[in-house]
Amino acid sequence: MSNSNEERRSCLKGVGVTKVFGNGNTRTVAVDHVDFDFKEGEIVTIVGESGSGKTTLSKMLLGLIAVTEGEIYYQGAPRDIKGAKKKKEYWKNIQAIFQDPFASYNMFHKIDDVLLDCLDMRGCRNLPMEQKVEMMTEACSFVNLKFAELTNKYPFELSGGQQQRLMIARIFLLKPKILLADEPTSMIDACSRSTILDMLTKLRDEINMTVIFITHDIGLAYKISDKVYIMEHGKFVESGDAEDVIIHPKADYTKRLISDVPKIYEEWDLSTV
Amino acid sequence: MKNTLKQLMHSSKFVAGAGIFIIILLTMLIYPLINPGNPLEMIGVGTFARPGLYFSLYDAMDVPKETLKLSDAEDKRLESIISKSDRVEMLAYFEKTGVDVTDVTLDDVDTILDLWNQNFDENNKPKGLTNAAWRNYKTLNNRLHKIGKEEREVYDVDPETGEENRLMTVNGTDYINVSRITNTKRLVLGTDNFGRDVLKELVSACGTSILIGLIAGAVATFIGLLFGLLAGYLGGWVDDFIMFLTNVFTVIPSFVLLILISYSIGQEQRGATVVAIVIGLTSWTWTARSVRSQVISLRNRDHVNLSKLSGHSLFRIVVTDILPYIASYVVMAFILQVSSGILSEAQLSLLGLGPKTTTTPTLGLMMNWAMLYAAHTNGYWWAYFPVILTITLISFSLNLMNTGMDQVFNPTLRD
Repeated sequence: MSNSNEERRSCLKGVGVTKVFGNGNTRTVAVDHVDFDFKEGEIVTIVGESGSGKTTLSKMLLGLIAVTEGEIYYQGAPRDIKGAKKKKEYWKNIQAIFQDPFASYNMFHKIDDVLLDCLDMRGCRNLPMEQKVEMMTEACSFVNLKFAELTNKYPFELSGGQQQRLMIARIFLLKPKILLADEPTSMIDACSRSTILDMLTKLRDEINMTVIFITHDIGLAYKISDKVYIMEHGKFVESGDAEDVIIHPKADYTKRLISDVPKIYEEWDLSTV
Repeated sequence: MKNTLKQLMHSSKFVAGAGIFIIILLTMLIYPLINPGNPLEMIGVGTFARPGLYFSLYDAMDVPKETLKLSDAEDKRLESIISKSDRVEMLAYFEKTGVDVTDVTLDDVDTILDLWNQNFDENNKPKGLTNAAWRNYKTLNNRLHKIGKEEREVYDVDPETGEENRLMTVNGTDYINVSRITNTKRLVLGTDNFGRDVLKELVSACGTSILIGLIAGAVATFIGLLFGLLAGYLGGWVDDFIMFLTNVFTVIPSFVLLILISYSIGQEQRGATVVAIVIGLTSWTWTARSVRSQVISLRNRDHVNLSKLSGHSLFRIVVTDILPYIASYVVMAFILQVSSGILSEAQLSLLGLGPKTTTTPTLGLMMNWAMLYAAHTNGYWWAYFPVILTITLISFSLNLMNTGMDQVFNPTLRD
């Protein structure tokens, strides 16, 4: 599973990345001097409990919020996303799937609009409508949805699992270099979850996409990822190949996370360290 | 959109409010068609004619008379000539002059009249009576001469020779059909201090006031929305600056500001539109504040993030991802602004700082005129009470609509 390839190019790298909210008494350090190096085509998982700063880090990586301190390198060079044009260019290469599919769509826009937006972003604005429909149908069938059934519907008319799959169809159309999946499976049932994970790995295999997977579920991390970063209170306490980190954990926090995973044939230890 | 409207139609409060408002609007549209003409035309020469049906006395003389023998006609006539207060005065006179009236009751008009005719002496003023009271008694006595006359004569006087020609004799039993009189006028709400038809004026004023409310509401909502969206979405120093401005405007009482601005504009430039814009310019702060707080909670939602990631421009995100989510709230705020705009105009005009007074009536101006000509102290209720009622109704209907909408859009308030 973890066939790390040293030849792989660095895709997203961070040195001393820090985010501080508020000041004075309300000063909160959400992300505290983290270093990371995500390689191209890897599935990287950031694991941590609620409030450990995972989502803040992902928003900084996406460029939705500013970095307080530190530097993010994109494809080896310092990331430059000042100005709307550069941001738009950056977002062609990095996309996200959010935690709550029900809150991810504008409820006034139809599904067609969501998918057409992606085609516009890829520069397919002037294609004839038939070709656009064909592309959208292809994207939908990749995630086991039928475009003919979705057209002229609103996202909130779909189930949570369908909405999240539609989100992946969006990614399929955009084909970004990096995908940030922020707990994409936490709001949906176990069955849909495996389908979605399956689709994400398929996307990685097909277009050599880097997937940064954010979750609190260390078991899930072990199953799908090449690299694992364990985050506690805004710091990475442990990182490395998934096998190494999870089978031979060094940090106490990692050990606790692993012991907290419920196992079917064993008694579940509910006492926390 | 269709669903929202359907939901609104189920809210009894909204329907009632909208119903009242639509009735007012329809009256405004239809009444001028029935009763056209300039609403500020001075039809009466005197001031404050009572509400009622007026007919031309001149034309009435040409209408053929019919004789109706009605049994209670004489009593009614007597009652209208000697009113109850007159009878009290007469009894007081008897007591002063030493006439025994212990058995006489107030309702016994005939006995009182008999006693009066026997005892009243025009040339002999009783002791201890003021001159004014004595004069009043003499006028009353003159009036009483009419009683008992079967008929009254109408003469035509030649202006050159002074010769009198008897035109007609009018009997107590002569009647004419009102519908056959050529010129009649029903003044449902009488006339005001300038002799203008109050109802016609009221309908026209209602239209102007609602227009002022709409303009003021639109201006206030536009500024509030713009500032709220900018401050909330952009944040940072833009937010700080706009909130500073908003706080300054909130701290200074807007009504004082309104009075100062209206005063400094001057009477000549102050048309209805200008007053409406001034009202709008001083009442946007609460809209700005509440829109800002809503936008702040919206701007970190995932659908806005997704829209950013899709490469949409700031303008497009604000218009398509934020505005629709607060649209219902903005509509509600607009309705309240319209209502308070109408009230502000009334307050300003009452102080004499409203639109200039010669061209258009507004509800506030009508109250101002009524107040200046002391309608309230003299009991000319028709000059101000219908105006107050109209303002209350408009404001009530708008607030009712707002409450209804609140219950539809805020599910936690539904019962």
